[in-house]
Amino acid sequence: MSMTQETSAALPRRTMPQGLIAARNIVVFLTRSPTSLFGLVVLGLLLILALFAPLIATHDPYMQDLQNTLHPPSSDYLFGTDELGRDIFSRLVHGSRITLTIIFLVTIVVGPLGLIFGTVAGYFGGKVDTVLMRITDIFLSFPSLILSLAFVAALGPSLNNAIIAIALTAWPPIARLARAETMTFRQADYISAARLQGASPARIIWRSIVPMCLPSVLIRLTLNMATVILTAAGLGFLGLGAQPPLPEWGAMIATGRRYMIDSWWLVTFPGLAILSVSLAFNLLGDGLRDALDPKQMNRR
Amino acid sequence: MDPILDIRNLSIRYQGSAEPAVRNVSFTLGRERLGIVGESGSGKSTVGRAIMRLLDTAELTADKMTFEEVDLLNASERQMLKVRGQRMSMILQDPKFSLNPIQRCGHQIAEAYRTHVRCTKAEARQRAVEMLEQVHIRDPERVYDMYPHEVSGGMGQRVMIAMMLLTSPDLVIADEPTSALDVTIRLQVLRILDGLVRDKGIGLVMISHDLNLVRAFCDRVLIMYAGRLVETLDAKHLDRAQHPYTQGLLAAQPRIGGPRGPLSVLDRQDSWLNAQGEVA
Amino acid sequence: MRLSRRRLNGLTEHGFSILITLFGLLILTFVIGRIMPTDPVRAMVGEDASREVYEHVYQQLGLDKPMWQQFLLYLRDVVTLDFGTSIRTGQPVLQDIARALPATIELATFAIIIGAGLGTPMGVIAAVNKDKWQDQVIRVLSLMGHSMPIFWTGMIALLIFYANLGWVGGSGRMSQFYIGLVPERTNFLLIDSILAGQWDVFWSALNHLILPAALLGYSSSAYITRMTRSFMLDQINQEYVTTARVKGLSRRQTIWRHAFGNIRVQLVTIVALAYGSLLEGAVLIETVFAFPGFGQYLTSNLLIGDMNAVMTCVLIVGVIFIGLNILSDILYRVFDPRTR
Repeated sequence: MSMTQETSAALPRRTMPQGLIAARNIVVFLTRSPTSLFGLVVLGLLLILALFAPLIATHDPYMQDLQNTLHPPSSDYLFGTDELGRDIFSRLVHGSRITLTIIFLVTIVVGPLGLIFGTVAGYFGGKVDTVLMRITDIFLSFPSLILSLAFVAALGPSLNNAIIAIALTAWPPIARLARAETMTFRQADYISAARLQGASPARIIWRSIVPMCLPSVLIRLTLNMATVILTAAGLGFLGLGAQPPLPEWGAMIATGRRYMIDSWWLVTFPGLAILSVSLAFNLLGDGLRDALDPKQMNRR
Repeated sequence: MDPILDIRNLSIRYQGSAEPAVRNVSFTLGRERLGIVGESGSGKSTVGRAIMRLLDTAELTADKMTFEEVDLLNASERQMLKVRGQRMSMILQDPKFSLNPIQRCGHQIAEAYRTHVRCTKAEARQRAVEMLEQVHIRDPERVYDMYPHEVSGGMGQRVMIAMMLLTSPDLVIADEPTSALDVTIRLQVLRILDGLVRDKGIGLVMISHDLNLVRAFCDRVLIMYAGRLVETLDAKHLDRAQHPYTQGLLAAQPRIGGPRGPLSVLDRQDSWLNAQGEVA
Repeated sequence: MRLSRRRLNGLTEHGFSILITLFGLLILTFVIGRIMPTDPVRAMVGEDASREVYEHVYQQLGLDKPMWQQFLLYLRDVVTLDFGTSIRTGQPVLQDIARALPATIELATFAIIIGAGLGTPMGVIAAVNKDKWQDQVIRVLSLMGHSMPIFWTGMIALLIFYANLGWVGGSGRMSQFYIGLVPERTNFLLIDSILAGQWDVFWSALNHLILPAALLGYSSSAYITRMTRSFMLDQINQEYVTTARVKGLSRRQTIWRHAFGNIRVQLVTIVALAYGSLLEGAVLIETVFAFPGFGQYLTSNLLIGDMNAVMTCVLIVGVIFIGLNILSDILYRVFDPRTR
């Protein structure tokens, strides 16, 4: 009993993990748990689908064939055709590109933005903290979908605006998290040591604090990706995201809705696609949390 | 006199570790005060928790392990529920963590009573207040209604003692009862515990790393090292220790008026791991 | 540790910070309203209005004034609770919302009862059986709930439980047959129908509520389960839990009386936040179920660019969210003796 307590207390929190080794360890750890493995596989699949979409797709995703509308799934049309005779499978495959674009753009905006806001607020404290956190609070006082809705309504419905709106609403939780993390080791001895050595705040934040926040921020980003995908799909479904004829999954569900009773495949497959990608992110995030949390590792 | 505790060749292995944390420990306890001394990681706390059967994930083996008429090795959890808290209890180290932060002190004390005795709330309160008086708390009614974060460490530990002695158990295990307290109030708390244990004729197992403390408050001392029992001594005759580990420990103690040269440091030997302490 | 916040120096500072957040909220809605691509004047007067009429309305709306004056006008309107009229319905926005919001509250309240009722015990069970099969099953179940696109699940559920099995009511708040039968007093249909003694309507409403509420509840139970589990894991290994066992309490008693008591505070916060995010799910689920609530009102106005309605809706959601945060803060203080 007392032994585990002592080791966890004495466990050194290294400033910068040796990047590659750590990454490999994490992947090894993830592949050991079946659920995280599932997440990894689905996301790998998504990546492959997106990269080789033209090769994998059996039809042109935009080509209409009014002779073959609402064709049920068959060997010709794997997932059937929609009301304009377009092949649903091919549209789903091409839709993965849209999904990946959303994920990529949102991540590169939200991650750095949240980290900067959070670490600066946490490190300096006082007035800086108050002001920055007040701003975050205002953004946080909306459910993200509703704020995105409002932004999209203001900017005009389109895929790009949906991405901007999602990014604008997704950074505050990251900032909050980074701030909380920063606060916990702002007083740590090694930070004081760096300060005594005369390191500038920017350097301390960049070299000592950001690496410490990174694991939890990464987990949070991964977990948030599921929400991002659901929000994007929701916007698409409401007609505020990607516009037809773009094969965005949420928008496909929206158009399929009218034919749902007789042609179940129109909504079923895009829905499954959204579900599996967001589930994959959630499973992966869950696994990452176990992999990167030293406390959790110790408990095993 | 029948022993309260009779333990022969107890070994404890935690799940997932190859080496047992405690091996072949044997001792008996009468109505006396027994100290178990050892450094951290020596397995002394594990022994205490094993006696209470609190180690859910550990594997216990022993030739014999009885508490009065209860066979601790084979008792069901249901049987243990009747024993724990009523006939044996345990004082934990730090009241800051061992008291439930969101319940009033008094409520927690009364709960110990109400778990085992069928009575009204008022009755339990009455008993708890009386008990608080017995641990020398001046204003028991007020302390009864205080939350753990509102009382000092020494007071918290007295609350803990009150809670654990309220049901007049036959055996109390005190696991480092004063290590978390200020040096100045350690003795005070220990005297209170000691007085109650003597008055009520309770068997006490005091687990500690503090040799002097154990020497002062116990009748007998067990010395543990690396999960093994290396020696059993009368507290009075601690100086006659045979085992080199004990001798080393004693030599490392500073003494008022003693020589002022550097204190000796333990020179550990692998052979200690094979030594078996004599069972008194 | 994670949730312990800096103690606020008294209620004044607290109230002040709420005011600032509210003010920020107003700026945000104002900005959103101003950059909306639709022309509010054109939307009001119609396409064929003469130039004079257009100019008149333009000035009436204060659009010729500088931005800061426009903002002050907006502030005045908000303070006097004058949110203008909706272009789509021709009714005062506030009146529209007063009709729509109770439907959503009914839905969300039902959902949170299902969500917390499901999520809390599941989280505790998962924590107590950490890494055992119960934990794994609950983990996958809750991640599923967290991952499903609720508009899609709603459609599939409608297809199965309404179209195929006929177990529940379909779209809307009650069956068409009963519309207008119950006088609107509170606008909470369940309450109104009881007040009117119309049990048929009550059952119909319940029948229409149960499916969307169950779906929303399931999706929020995912969050509640996960949080409960992690809070519980923090507590289970605490010394006071050992103390409780030493006292002779059973496992179940230690967990529910002692460990659970200590997560109650955090749990209340979580449930309050989950309630807020239900509003989000409600936007989508109401669209699928043609449920005439707040979410549907918001989206239908978004699509036609009804500025007054949208700004007001966003503002109200923000206010509800702030309110929930304050509420959870108050409950925090009530439940946790250390913050008193």
